[in-house]
Amino acid sequence: MSLRTITKLAAGVALIALSLGGAKAADVKEVEMLHWWTSGGEAAALNVLKGDLAKEGYAWKDVPVAGGGGDAAMTALKAMVAAGTYPTASQMLGYTVLDYAQAGVMGDLTETAIKEGWDKSVPAALQKFSVYDGKWVAAPVNVHSVNWLWINKAVMDKISGTEPKTFDELIALLDKAKAAGVIPLALGGQNWQEATMFDSIVLSTGGPEFYKKAMNDLDDESLKSDTMKKSFDNLAKIKEYVDPNFSGRDWNLATAMVIKGDALVQVMGDWAKGEFVAAKKAPDTDFYCYRFPGTDGSVIYNSDMFGMFNVPDDRKAAQVALATATLSKSFQSAFNVVKGSVPARTDVPDTDFDACGKKGIADLKKANDGGTLFGSLAQGYGAPPAVANAYKDVVSKFVHGQITTSDQAVEELVKAIDDAK
Amino acid sequence: MTTVAKTETELTQVSSTRVSGRAWLQDALPKLVLAPSFAITIVFVYGFILWTVYLSFTNSKTFPSYTLTGPRAYQRLWRWTFESDPPSSWYTSITNMGIFGFLYIGICLALGLFLAILLDQKIRGEGVLRPIYLYPMALSFIVTGVAWKWFLDPGLGLEQTLHQWGWTSFHFDWIKNKDFVIYTVVIAGVWQASGFVMAMFLAGLRGIDGEIMKAAQIDGASSFQLYRRIIIPMLRPVFLSAFIVLAHLAIKSYDLVVALTSGGPGGSAWLPSNFMYEYTFKRNEMAVGSASAVIMLMTLTAIIVPYLYSELRERPR
Repeated sequence: MSLRTITKLAAGVALIALSLGGAKAADVKEVEMLHWWTSGGEAAALNVLKGDLAKEGYAWKDVPVAGGGGDAAMTALKAMVAAGTYPTASQMLGYTVLDYAQAGVMGDLTETAIKEGWDKSVPAALQKFSVYDGKWVAAPVNVHSVNWLWINKAVMDKISGTEPKTFDELIALLDKAKAAGVIPLALGGQNWQEATMFDSIVLSTGGPEFYKKAMNDLDDESLKSDTMKKSFDNLAKIKEYVDPNFSGRDWNLATAMVIKGDALVQVMGDWAKGEFVAAKKAPDTDFYCYRFPGTDGSVIYNSDMFGMFNVPDDRKAAQVALATATLSKSFQSAFNVVKGSVPARTDVPDTDFDACGKKGIADLKKANDGGTLFGSLAQGYGAPPAVANAYKDVVSKFVHGQITTSDQAVEELVKAIDDAK
Repeated sequence: MTTVAKTETELTQVSSTRVSGRAWLQDALPKLVLAPSFAITIVFVYGFILWTVYLSFTNSKTFPSYTLTGPRAYQRLWRWTFESDPPSSWYTSITNMGIFGFLYIGICLALGLFLAILLDQKIRGEGVLRPIYLYPMALSFIVTGVAWKWFLDPGLGLEQTLHQWGWTSFHFDWIKNKDFVIYTVVIAGVWQASGFVMAMFLAGLRGIDGEIMKAAQIDGASSFQLYRRIIIPMLRPVFLSAFIVLAHLAIKSYDLVVALTSGGPGGSAWLPSNFMYEYTFKRNEMAVGSASAVIMLMTLTAIIVPYLYSELRERPR
């Protein structure tokens, strides 16, 4: 067979394939969803949504990409979008949504948003990420907040400690635990965990105004101010209370140390509650959830969103159904009870939530009304990824000793953030 | 249908000119068979190298952008190259590459040769020993990384075990120490690859003509001299192959660092490949990531090409 014949045959096959593929279907009753919620609790939470959509007659096409806090999923999404095969929706975080919106591949859900009243019920701080250029491009699923202390009650009773109200009281409490022979602070020495804790320290040290200026507006003066130096000094103080083996530990292992009573306290976002619940522990009987001392009344948040892509017209109906179901009050409640976070709209009743969840919902409402709801820089809601990672570098290098003084830390922070802007 | 008919007519034409057709086929077959892989290599290796070089001169962030904006990414990397206090991520990456590359290749070659010479002493049970040494190469870097992570973890592995056995003063926390974590990557890497290098040297040793050794022994060479002056110099081609295999394994070590240290305390275990992935995909600084990839390629070329040139020139084929 000559090369020419092969080419002709190939062309013929391609033609047939084309004519077959050209057949048009009516509305596609299916949503295609890219996400990285593959662990037990998360998958269970997502099943709630799957069930809701099935009731309306929409099939669910799952595209799970596990691992790495979504890094792998985002790489997969990049490839899908580059190939022009958009999923109906994808789990996305903060600035990623805006990046894709800027690239012009996101859909427009404004009509549904107005009909469902999202603009009134979803906190304004979240809308910064779900609305681009006046158009709704994503449906927020939940609000996590990161300025929490998780404390083992048995250990707390043993050292007869009380809720710390200031940073110094926290240090005193950690000293007590140390004296009692317990690891005072359970920390996983990975850069995002250290930076997540530092978010709370900055808010506690400098107050809400300062946090916003430094960590959201990236104001140079604030970043190199004495308050920021003081924050680093406080970080230096608190990192003395970790066990020698903390470096590189995963966050859930650190949570497990608190659950088992090996350690007194962990500073972590409310996803840690999921670990307590999975271990059959209840708030106030087995563990306490306190706001990081000096941050009560403010909430540092991050939020999972479902980014809605600009899909062909025959798939738009399914997309609207997905978005509506995602932001329905029943789903918001059911999902967040399982996930450990709080609803992304402030008008969802808190009846099904435990004590920590109730406090979280109340705090979110208060923070939203009082203008003290801030994006977490460590979690990528304070600034774009380049800046957030530069920040994590500096904090982590400070914790692990590459950066030795708070003067140097502040200098590095300003330099790194300017460089990444 | 018409296509098939045409094919048949063409086939009959071919059979009528069978002899010349066969000659043509014989001539063209190697080219035809190689063509697809050649095309794929051109596009997916060299094409993408050029694309990466192009991207490194743009201001690509999350997505590739095609507007050239000059060598800003290289300027940043150049500046970071000299920031040693506190170390920039790039400074850490390239110094780690130097330490890791030198020790990994050096120790693997030395250990591999040593083991091969020992195994070559016509000992009993060689058939059992050889695969034991070779087996780690069959594991992926992820498995090696996780196994060694647990083994080296002071709270789980070696240190904990020795403490339980009563040696409580024993202290080995390199994997948690920013200054030593890169050496744990060397340990795990050497463990994995030295058996493979051993197998290469063993094959080389078996290929040496016994007559030469006998001649040397008759001339009164001791066995140290025999190895030092005759056998090891004759293994030169094996050194070349082993060096190239190890050098590329060292440069592309990414998974080992991730699995073993997840980047190390404060990012102190990064290699340039980790830097490249972090900047391209996690920090959305594709231009910087591309520039670092180009620098890695240039470095590799600068090492491998002169070495290949000097080695291969002497024995032209």
